[in-house]
Amino acid sequence: MQRFINNPDEVVEDTVKGFVKAHSDIVRLAENPRVIAARNAPYQGKVGVVTGGGSGHEPAFIGYTGTNMLDAVAVGELFSSPTAKSFYDAVCQANGGMGVVCLYGNYAGDNMNVKMAVKMAAKAGIEVATVVANDDVCSAPWEEREKRRGVAGEIFMWKIGGAKAASGASLEEVRATAQKAIDNCRSIGVGLGPCTLPAVGHPNFQIESGTMEVGIGHHGEPGVRVEPLKTASEIARDMCKIVLDDHCLPEGTEVAVLVSGLGATPLNELYILNDTIEAEITGRGLKIYRTYVGNYFTSLEMVGATLTVMALDAELKKLLDVEVRCTVVL
Amino acid sequence: MQTFSNASSGDIVLAMADRIVENRAYLSEIDGKIGDGDHGVNMAKGFGMAAERLKGKNVSFGQSLDTLGTVLMTEIGGSMGPLYGVMFTEFAEKLEGAEEIDAKAFSDMLHAGLAGVQSIGSAKVGDKTLLDTLSPAVEAFDAAIASGKSFADALEALVAASEQGRDSTIDLVAKIGRASRLGERSRGVLDAGATSCAIILKELSLGASGKLH
Repeated sequence: MQRFINNPDEVVEDTVKGFVKAHSDIVRLAENPRVIAARNAPYQGKVGVVTGGGSGHEPAFIGYTGTNMLDAVAVGELFSSPTAKSFYDAVCQANGGMGVVCLYGNYAGDNMNVKMAVKMAAKAGIEVATVVANDDVCSAPWEEREKRRGVAGEIFMWKIGGAKAASGASLEEVRATAQKAIDNCRSIGVGLGPCTLPAVGHPNFQIESGTMEVGIGHHGEPGVRVEPLKTASEIARDMCKIVLDDHCLPEGTEVAVLVSGLGATPLNELYILNDTIEAEITGRGLKIYRTYVGNYFTSLEMVGATLTVMALDAELKKLLDVEVRCTVVL
Repeated sequence: MQTFSNASSGDIVLAMADRIVENRAYLSEIDGKIGDGDHGVNMAKGFGMAAERLKGKNVSFGQSLDTLGTVLMTEIGGSMGPLYGVMFTEFAEKLEGAEEIDAKAFSDMLHAGLAGVQSIGSAKVGDKTLLDTLSPAVEAFDAAIASGKSFADALEALVAASEQGRDSTIDLVAKIGRASRLGERSRGVLDAGATSCAIILKELSLGASGKLH
C-alpha cells in the first residue's frame, strides 16, 4: 500500500486540517474539530442546511460547504458515520433561528446518529427537519425503496436544498424541495477495483482482474452482479439502462446528469463514459439540461464510476442554476 | 445474598477495554468478511480512549460505564458508537446511587441497556446484530435467578447464552446495516457486533463474579 498518510488512525484529523488550510476563504473549523462550517454561517433568518457522513468520500461531504450550499458538515471516521454530537454541533453552527434541515444518506449509523442529534437539538430549542437520500438503484428493489442507500444524488439534494434555503424559504419548504430533488434522482455505481482503509491495511473486498461489480456501493458494498469487464460504451449503456428503467421518465423530460469517479479512475475515462451516456439519455427522448463530470463523490482509491440522473421541473431547474461558492465546481 | 461493590469495581471496565483492544484485529477481520472491516479499529479506539481517561483514577463501576458510554457516543460515531454508547450510559444510569449491586440491580441494569439499544436501532433478534447476543444473555440471567440460582451461577448462564447467541449469527442472514446489502451472501460468518458484545458481556460477568461477596 503506497499512500500519503502519517498515522493511519489520524487520517481524518490530518485531512480536515489540510482542507481548512486550503479553503479558509470559504470554510472554517468549528469548535468541534469534526465539524466544518461555511465561513460566514450561520445566517440569521435563513434555514440552516447541514449534512454529515463518513470520511473517504472527498470532496463529499466537506467540500460542499459554502455559500448557497451546506452551512455545516459533520465529519465521521473513514466510511463511518459522524457522532450524534458532531451532527448536533453542525446543526448549531447552521442555526440562524429558522430551523435546520439535515440532508443525509440512508445508512444505519447515520440514521441513528442523526436521530439522536435531532433529539439533542429539540432539547436546545432548535427545530430540525430531515431528508434521507436513497438514490442508489441497485441497493434494493423498487418495492423496498426505503432501504436504498444514498449516493451521489446527495450532491443534487444539497445543491437544491441549499439554493431553496438561500431563497428565504421556510424549513418545511426547504425540506419538501430537497425531498423532491432526491426523489427525482437515480444512481448506479460500477466498481473495477477495491479500496483499502489505511488502518485495516488490506482491501476489504476483491474485484477479480478482468471483472467488474455492477451496482457497487460507496463503501464497496456488493452490487447486483459480477461481470467480465466490458468496453466503456457497453458499461455506459448498462448504467443508463439500470438508472433509466428504474426512473421511467416521460419523453421530453429534462434531466441533470452527474458522472462521478470513485477515486482512482482517471478523469478522461469519465469523459469516455459520458460520451455514450449522453447518447443513451438523449436517445431515450430525454433532454440534458446540465452535465457534471468529475470526482464529485469518491470512495478512497476505488476504481469505478457512478452515474446519477435527476429529473427536473421548472423549480428544480431554477434552483440548480443558483450560483454557489464551495470548493467544488457546481 | 451475593453482591459486589459499585465503588471498588471500576476496574471491570478497564479489563473490558483491554479485551476489546486485544481483539482489534480479530473484530476487524470478522467485520471485513461482510462489512467494511473497521469494527475492531473503531471499538479499540473508543474503548482505549475511555481506558486512558479512567486509568489510575479509582472511579466506581457506574461512573466508569458512564465515561465509556459517553466516549463512544460523543467521539466514535458509526453504528457502534451510538449503540454501545446508549447501552453503557443506560447501564450507568441504572446504577446511580447504588452502593452494592445485587442480582436484581444487575438485571435492571442489563434491561435498561437492552431497551436503550432497541430504542435507537431498529433491529430485532434474528437480524444478525449485537442484539442476538445481548437479548438471550439478559433472558438467561433472569431465568437463572428466577429458578433460584445464585448471582454467580446466573452470570455463568449469561455468558453461556451470550456465546450461543453470538454463534447463532453464523447461520443468520443480515437484515440491517451494511451487511444486509449482501443478502444470502452474509450467511456463514459471525456478526462482528454480536462478537464484540459477547466479549463485553463475558468480561462484565467474569469481573462481577470475581468480586461477589
